[in-house]
Amino acid sequence: MASSNFEKFKSDGTVLGDVTEWIDARFPMTKMWKEHLSEYYAPKNFNFWYFFGSLALLVLVNQIVTGIFLTMHFKPDASLNASGVPVAFASVEYIMRDVPWGWLIRYMHSTGASAFFIVVYLHMFRGMLYGSYRKPRELVWIFGVLIYLCLMAEGFFGYLLPWGQMSYWGAQVIVNLFSAIPVIGPDLSLYIRGDFVVGDATLNRFFSFHVIAVPFALAGLVVAHILALHEVGSNNPDGVEIKKNKDANGIPLDGIPFHPYYTVKDIVGVVVFLMVFAVIIFFTPEGHGYFLEYNNFFPADPLKTPPHIAPVWYYTPFYSVLRANTVNFFWIDAKLWGVIFMGLSVMVFFFLPWLDRSPAKSIRYRGPLYKGALAIFIVCFFILGYLGILPPTPGRTLVSQICTILYFAFFLLMPIYTKLDKCQPEPDRVTFK
Amino acid sequence: MKKLLLVLLSAPLLAFASGAELHLDKAPDHSGDYAALQTGAKIFVNYCLNCHSASYMRYNRLQDIGLSEAQIRDNLMLAGNKVGDLMTIAMQRADAKVWFGAAPPDLTLIARARSSEFGSGADWLYTYLRSFYRDDQRPTGWNNVVFENVGMPHVLWELQGDQAMGQEHKLELVRPGKLSPAEYDEMVGDLVGYLSYMGEPVSEFRKHLGVVVLIALTVIFVFAYALKREYWKDVH
Repeated sequence: MASSNFEKFKSDGTVLGDVTEWIDARFPMTKMWKEHLSEYYAPKNFNFWYFFGSLALLVLVNQIVTGIFLTMHFKPDASLNASGVPVAFASVEYIMRDVPWGWLIRYMHSTGASAFFIVVYLHMFRGMLYGSYRKPRELVWIFGVLIYLCLMAEGFFGYLLPWGQMSYWGAQVIVNLFSAIPVIGPDLSLYIRGDFVVGDATLNRFFSFHVIAVPFALAGLVVAHILALHEVGSNNPDGVEIKKNKDANGIPLDGIPFHPYYTVKDIVGVVVFLMVFAVIIFFTPEGHGYFLEYNNFFPADPLKTPPHIAPVWYYTPFYSVLRANTVNFFWIDAKLWGVIFMGLSVMVFFFLPWLDRSPAKSIRYRGPLYKGALAIFIVCFFILGYLGILPPTPGRTLVSQICTILYFAFFLLMPIYTKLDKCQPEPDRVTFK
Repeated sequence: MKKLLLVLLSAPLLAFASGAELHLDKAPDHSGDYAALQTGAKIFVNYCLNCHSASYMRYNRLQDIGLSEAQIRDNLMLAGNKVGDLMTIAMQRADAKVWFGAAPPDLTLIARARSSEFGSGADWLYTYLRSFYRDDQRPTGWNNVVFENVGMPHVLWELQGDQAMGQEHKLELVRPGKLSPAEYDEMVGDLVGYLSYMGEPVSEFRKHLGVVVLIALTVIFVFAYALKREYWKDVH
C-alpha cells in the first residue's frame, strides 16, 4: 500500500469521532494505525515460527516494566554492610523477601532474560529457514543483528548487578578479554572497569549502561527493525513475494490485514508462551542452575576465585569459540585469536544476506546441500553451547575446535554450496503446509 | 551426511568424562512440614546463629512456618531484639576471621548456593553436617569429608559423638553422643529443612500460586483459541 494517500479521519459527530478528527489533524494517528496494523498486509501462511517476533516484543516489554520496579529497590553499591555483605547483593535479597511481590518481579526479570534469548534465537533461526534476510530485507536483518548485539551487552551488564560470585568473576573474565588486544589492551580493560579489578566503579557504570544506555539503543533499533519490515513487507514460509500478485485495489492476493488476523493469532501464541514462562517462574525459577547460577547465591568475593567460571547459557556457544583456539600463529597470541574468532562468530551474521547465493529463499525449495549445512550448523551451535558450560578438557577442546571450524565453514562456504545446490522452483503463490 | 551428524551428536558424550565425583546423601524433604521446620528453626537459633548470621531473614517471617509473634519472641529471640529485626549476630567479622581463619558465611542463602550437579544444596548440607571426623592435624581438631580442611569445628559433636576416618575412607563412630545415629540424622534433617526454607521462604506460596496462574492461563487459552478460530474461518 502506498502510504501517502491515507485520508484523514472525518468525524461522524460522536465524541470519539471528534477527538479522533482533532488528533488526526495534528498527528498521524489513524494513518499509523492503518500502515502498521489494520492495512499492513501480511502473508496468510505464517506458521509456528512466526510467533517469535511478537513474543520478543512481549519479553522486551516485560524486561522494561519489571526492570523499572527492580530499579526502585536495587542499590548498585559494592561496599559491605554491617553484616559484611555487599549492599548490592543484600538489596537483591531485600527485593526477594521484603518488597511486596518483589520475588515475582525479580524472577520475571531473571527468567525473562533467558526467555529473551530463547525467543530471539528461534526468531533468528526462522530467518535462516526461510531466507528472511534476503533481498529486499537486508536492513531488517541488519537491524535485527544489531538488536541481538545490544541484547548480549544488556545481558552482560545486567548479570553483574546482583553482585554474586558468578556476576563478579564472569565480568572479570570478559573484561580481561579486552586486555588481549595489542598495545591498548591493558589500558582499555582498565578504562572499562574503572578500577584495577572489577569493583564499585564497575558496578555503577554497568548499572548505568543496563538501565539507560543499552535499553535506549535497543528501543530505537526495535522501531527501526519494524519500520524496515513494514516498508518491504513480511517474508513467509514459501519465500515468495506476495506483492507480486495484487488485486484491483492494490492489495496482495495472499495478504491479510495484520489486525485483526495476526493480532488474534499472536494472542494465542502469547498465552502459550506465558504458560511456559509461568512454569519456569513458579516451579523452577533457577532453571537447574542455567537461568540463575547456584554459585551466584554467594556474594562476590574478590579474594576467592571459583574453580570453574561459566557464563550463562546464552553466551556459551561463543564462549566455546573463544576457548577453542589454542595455537599461536601469524605472530599473534592464541588468546587474542580466541577473542578475534569470538568477535567474528557474532559479526559474521551481518554478512548472511550477501553470502547466500541460492535461487530459492525458503528451505522448502532449497536443495540437500543447504539443508545439510544448516543442520550441521545447528548441531555445532548446540554442542558449542553445551561445551561452554563445562570446564575444558583436551577431549572437549578438540570437539569445540571441530565445531568452531564447521561453524565458520557454514558461513564462509555458503556462496559456493548455495550456488551448487539443486533447488526446486518456487511457486507463484503461497501454500499451506 | 547422516553419519557426520551422528558423529557430531555423540561428540559431547565422548567429551563428557572426568571431574571429581562428590557423593551426597539425599536430604529428607520437609517443605510444608511445620513441625520439622519449627524444630529446625530452634536448632538453628541455638547452635548456628552465634557465629553465622542470617542477615536477610527477619524473625517475624517465621510466621510462615506456623509460629506466632509471641512464640517467636519467647522461644527464638534474645531479649532486646525486635521481632521485625534481621537475624544478625554480635560477633565482629574481623574477630571471627582471626579465630576461624575465615569469617563464617551468612547462612540465609546457603541451601541455594550449595546446589550443584551432585545434588541439591539441602543434600550437601545434610551430608556435610554428618561428615565431621576427628583430625589432630587441624587447628580445631576436626575435619570434614565433604568440605576438606573446613575452618568450622563440629558444633554438634555432643549430639553426634566422635567419628574417625576408618578403613577405605569410611567414617566410624568411635564415641557415641547424646543422640543415637538415627536421632542425629533426623535432627540434622530438620535443621537442613529449615535452612532450605530460609533460602527461599516464599517457595511454598510460589508453587501454589503457580497452579492458580496456570489454571487461569488455560481458561484464557480456550477463549483466545476460539477467538482466533472465529476470525480465521474465512482465510483457509
